Amino acid sequence: MLNYIKLIALALVTLFALIAANYARDVAYLVHAVIVALVSGGLFIWTLRGFGDAKTPAPQNEYLDSVVRAGVIATSFWGVVGFLAGVFIAFQLAFPVLNFDWAQGYANFGRLRPLHTSAVIFAFGGNALLASSFYVVQRTSAARLWGGNLAWFVFWGYQLFIVLAATGYLLGGTQSKEYAEPEWYVDLWLTVVWVAYLAVFLGTIIKRKEPHIYVANWFYLSFIVTVAMLHVVNNLTIPVSIFGSKSVIVWAGVQDAMTQWWYGHNAVGFFLTAGFLGMMYYFIPKQAERPVFSYKLSIIHFWALIFIYIWAGPHHLHYTALPDWASTLGMVFSVVLWMPSWGGMINGLMTLSGAWDKLRTDPVIRMMVISVGFYGMSTFEGPMMSIRAVNSLSHYTDWTIGHVHSGALGWNGMITFGMLYFLVPVLWKRERLYSLQLVSWHFWLATIGIVLYAASMWVTGIMEGLMWREVDANGFLVNSFADTVAAKFPMYVVRGLGGVMFLAGAVIMCYNLWMTVRKAPAKEASLSVAVPAE
Amino acid sequence: METYSLLREFADSWMLLFLFAFFIGVVVWVFRPGATKEYRDTADIPFRHEDKPATE
Repeated sequence: MLNYIKLIALALVTLFALIAANYARDVAYLVHAVIVALVSGGLFIWTLRGFGDAKTPAPQNEYLDSVVRAGVIATSFWGVVGFLAGVFIAFQLAFPVLNFDWAQGYANFGRLRPLHTSAVIFAFGGNALLASSFYVVQRTSAARLWGGNLAWFVFWGYQLFIVLAATGYLLGGTQSKEYAEPEWYVDLWLTVVWVAYLAVFLGTIIKRKEPHIYVANWFYLSFIVTVAMLHVVNNLTIPVSIFGSKSVIVWAGVQDAMTQWWYGHNAVGFFLTAGFLGMMYYFIPKQAERPVFSYKLSIIHFWALIFIYIWAGPHHLHYTALPDWASTLGMVFSVVLWMPSWGGMINGLMTLSGAWDKLRTDPVIRMMVISVGFYGMSTFEGPMMSIRAVNSLSHYTDWTIGHVHSGALGWNGMITFGMLYFLVPVLWKRERLYSLQLVSWHFWLATIGIVLYAASMWVTGIMEGLMWREVDANGFLVNSFADTVAAKFPMYVVRGLGGVMFLAGAVIMCYNLWMTVRKAPAKEASLSVAVPAE
Repeated sequence: METYSLLREFADSWMLLFLFAFFIGVVVWVFRPGATKEYRDTADIPFRHEDKPATE
């Protein structure tokens, strides 16, 4: 019966997508309609071919790990794609000739920049969160994922969202809201996928066998729920035509700006912070082989973090049409936010107390520790930059870009790499990683890359901020905008090289993980039970 | 009273008080007697059921 409904639904979607392709008003919409028609048509044939197959019931005494494996592969793949796009646009800024004439309108900086940000945040980071949350919630609930193959729908539905978003950017289908660029129908699709994600995650927690909900799941759950709320409110748009990608937001003027940065900052707060803290609270204790430093601190900093983060957004709108009280509110909450952030950092770092010697021997834990270090650094830098006086220097300069990247490359990137190095041997039942030496290479390439990136952006950001505000004795501006661009060239090259090093580290990681699956000795189930680790 | 003023007044009085009290409540709850022992067990959750779900 369910298969009949599926077939009818898929046939209708395919039909509508083909009609939409025929009436499409713009290129992005046309390409998307064709993609949707191909996907749903393919699924129709696939469902039809498997129609009479007897279904084997899911074994409830096993975890659903195949979807986690797929998530690990997707994370590595999108990571390299996103870093590569980042390196390319970094060199486009240094050498504008890389905005090729023949690709004008498709592959110039303006089109590729959202491709880079979305690829690293939503494709790389999002898949890392999907995979790790599915892994962690099963282990800490002692229960198989709820909803059977719904987890697979979430995984593939999310990949479709990524493909639609990325192709849309290149073809100009964007609502030009930072980190929320996809147009209305892509937003609607993501909402469907996200509700399914919430159902799988919550369903697993509800049927858990452990009496308590482990703290990592609190963080993951707050990430899923809050992102759902942010996504829906910031994307309340009315399409101009059902056959076109263009839509109009219901908010006007400064309210739109405030809603956008309420969304934007909480994408940082709940996607890149709460979700990844969930990762930290599982994988650091596992890799260090000791429980988290203070469970009490984890509860207190969880509630402090989610209560405060939601108010920090207005600091993106200092000196704008936003009322002063609102931007002061955002600034004060951003400064207060420093404390719960460092609560998390202390908890992550101190989990190693009594096991600091592991830093010398285990490059994976080194990776996780430096990620928490970068988390601490960027959550100090952020509150400082949110202060109105500091912001008057830093805003619109490259300092902001440097801040974002020390958080994203340092904290999100490094903790994800640590998670991948932990998960691959476990998921593919290998004794160990293929090569720890390659992990060390990755560690140092990535770390030096981030240092080059952040340091050059501090220099160029503060320099350009000072150049913009410099006035002569008569009150005239001293520098033209082009002067600052010319002065930034050497730092842009250094930044690009930092990116190349970070990318090289990620490629080494992919090779190492691939060889772990192919070549590392398989783990024998009987042995691992009988023989203690040391 | 217009909706904005009404919501604004509610937000910076009763709702603020509620959220603050909730947070203080969390802190007090975390330090309740017997919590240390319980949290020690909870913090060990990642080290159980690594390979298989619990069988009741």
